[in-house]
Amino acid sequence: MGLSAVCFISALCYSMSHYIDYKVVAFILLLTVSLAAVLFDIIPVFITAISSALIWDYFFIPPHFTLQVGSTEDSILLLMYFVIALVNAVLTYKIRQIEKIGRAKEEKANKVKLYDTLLNSLSHELRTPIATIIGATDNLQSNNRNLTAENKEELLAEISKATFRLNQQVENLLNMSRLESGYIQPKKDWCDIIEVVYDAVKRIEENNISQKITININPEIPFFKLDKAMMEQIIYNLVNNAIQYTKEDSEINIIAQCHADVLRLIIEDNGKGFPANEIDNVFNKFYRLKNTKTGGTGLGLSIVKGFTEALGGTVHLQNLPTGGARFTIHIAAQTSNLKSIKNE
Amino acid sequence: MNRAEILIIDDEVQIRKLLEITLQSNSYIVNQAENAKNGLITAENHPPDMIILDLGLPDEDGQSVLQKLREWYTNPILILSVKNNEDDIISALDNGANDYLVKPFRTGELLARIRSALRNSAAEGDSIITCDEITIDLEARTIKKNDESIKLTATEYRLLSLLAKNEGKVLTHQYLLREVWGPGYINQSQYLRVFIAQLRKKIETDANRPEYIITESGIGYRFINKQDEKN
Repeated sequence: MGLSAVCFISALCYSMSHYIDYKVVAFILLLTVSLAAVLFDIIPVFITAISSALIWDYFFIPPHFTLQVGSTEDSILLLMYFVIALVNAVLTYKIRQIEKIGRAKEEKANKVKLYDTLLNSLSHELRTPIATIIGATDNLQSNNRNLTAENKEELLAEISKATFRLNQQVENLLNMSRLESGYIQPKKDWCDIIEVVYDAVKRIEENNISQKITININPEIPFFKLDKAMMEQIIYNLVNNAIQYTKEDSEINIIAQCHADVLRLIIEDNGKGFPANEIDNVFNKFYRLKNTKTGGTGLGLSIVKGFTEALGGTVHLQNLPTGGARFTIHIAAQTSNLKSIKNE
Repeated sequence: MNRAEILIIDDEVQIRKLLEITLQSNSYIVNQAENAKNGLITAENHPPDMIILDLGLPDEDGQSVLQKLREWYTNPILILSVKNNEDDIISALDNGANDYLVKPFRTGELLARIRSALRNSAAEGDSIITCDEITIDLEARTIKKNDESIKLTATEYRLLSLLAKNEGKVLTHQYLLREVWGPGYINQSQYLRVFIAQLRKKIETDANRPEYIITESGIGYRFINKQDEKN
């Protein structure tokens, strides 16, 4: 590229050699080399610099069409041309290298920042339950005599809660790493969406929640060919998220519908909704709402998004005019209307 | 029944200790092996009533240990593993495992699975199956819930009796389709969904919150005895 630019400029200059002095041509060629140095790598620029010097010598310095140089003045000019072209090439290259290093450093700093946030939230989320377990077991082992039966019950209950929490975080991390590795492959089979929803809700209700969950699905909804385990996890995470961030006695509504072979799944609550300026970020990995209570790794919703997309669907979040948040999932899937077989 | 003997094959000391305490305190006799080689030798020298097998053993893949055991061992084998992907579970069941429990597990759940596996192997050949309010008479081909007759179609009956005969055990989708409908139907899983839904409407108190026919996502179905789960 650099070389062809030099050839082109040279040819142009040569055609005008009656009007311009060959010393001016040197400047024009130097300019071309400088521009090439901004655009290309060091080796092509080097070649451009050397070849432009040779072209200038061969075509423009009298006597023409020889590499000989007539006068001492021209020898000095040619030498200077060589040096300036090379210095130019090297300097530009060096500046670009420094810029590149700067950019890499900035990228690295951003990565470190993300990693720090991740590590902070992770270490908090993992260490809190571990600290609880260690502390409670220490107490039960070495302080046993001073504990009342009630104390012991309480400590055991804390250990149980902590292990449940730890287990959930590890599950989230494992799911996330499955998504990150790109290894995740949905196993699609006929899903009874009513069953999927009730199974997810059953898992959530095992934690003695105080919110009210209502389920709204037409019993005639067809079967969908989807990955049941992934669908259950999507619903579990969305409902669990609503449970974590709404007050006691709030209502969570789960709706599933079928429109032209597209499953529409809605999970909405009557809580406070999401801050408008943060809605776009909630599906990002490790993103936590500002001024939110502690707990949670910021993985639940990104897993929802990852799983939904792995199933070829989309997830959308909006605040309801009446307050509260609504997550809407659309997934196109094969459907089967075979809902009852009477004659067997 | 005499106290049942259970052999634990697991390389993790902590898990063996936990199982030992849990099982001994529930009147089982416990033997242990820390790898596949010792496990196979112990099982052969002194065949237990049941084996609890880990899949991640240091010296041999658990699936192949399972296959070797199944060449001669007919008592229940329960897999206890951290592997929770559907393919591992299905191949363990295909290789002859009676049941599969993923670590971490609740001890109540483990004990329920052990009880039902042991009871099943003892009760083989009985013609009347009773699970809480449900009684199935395999000879008369009748089903009763709280002494009230339930009318089932022929296919519903085949499916329910197959599940109930294997009470407590997960039966895979493919197995159920092959046994109830025939080999040509193993990919017609929507049939299974339909009939499971119909059966639940007939035998469950709330078909949406089933207590007898439990779904194992991506794997199959399990018929459970509520009594086992409560203990």
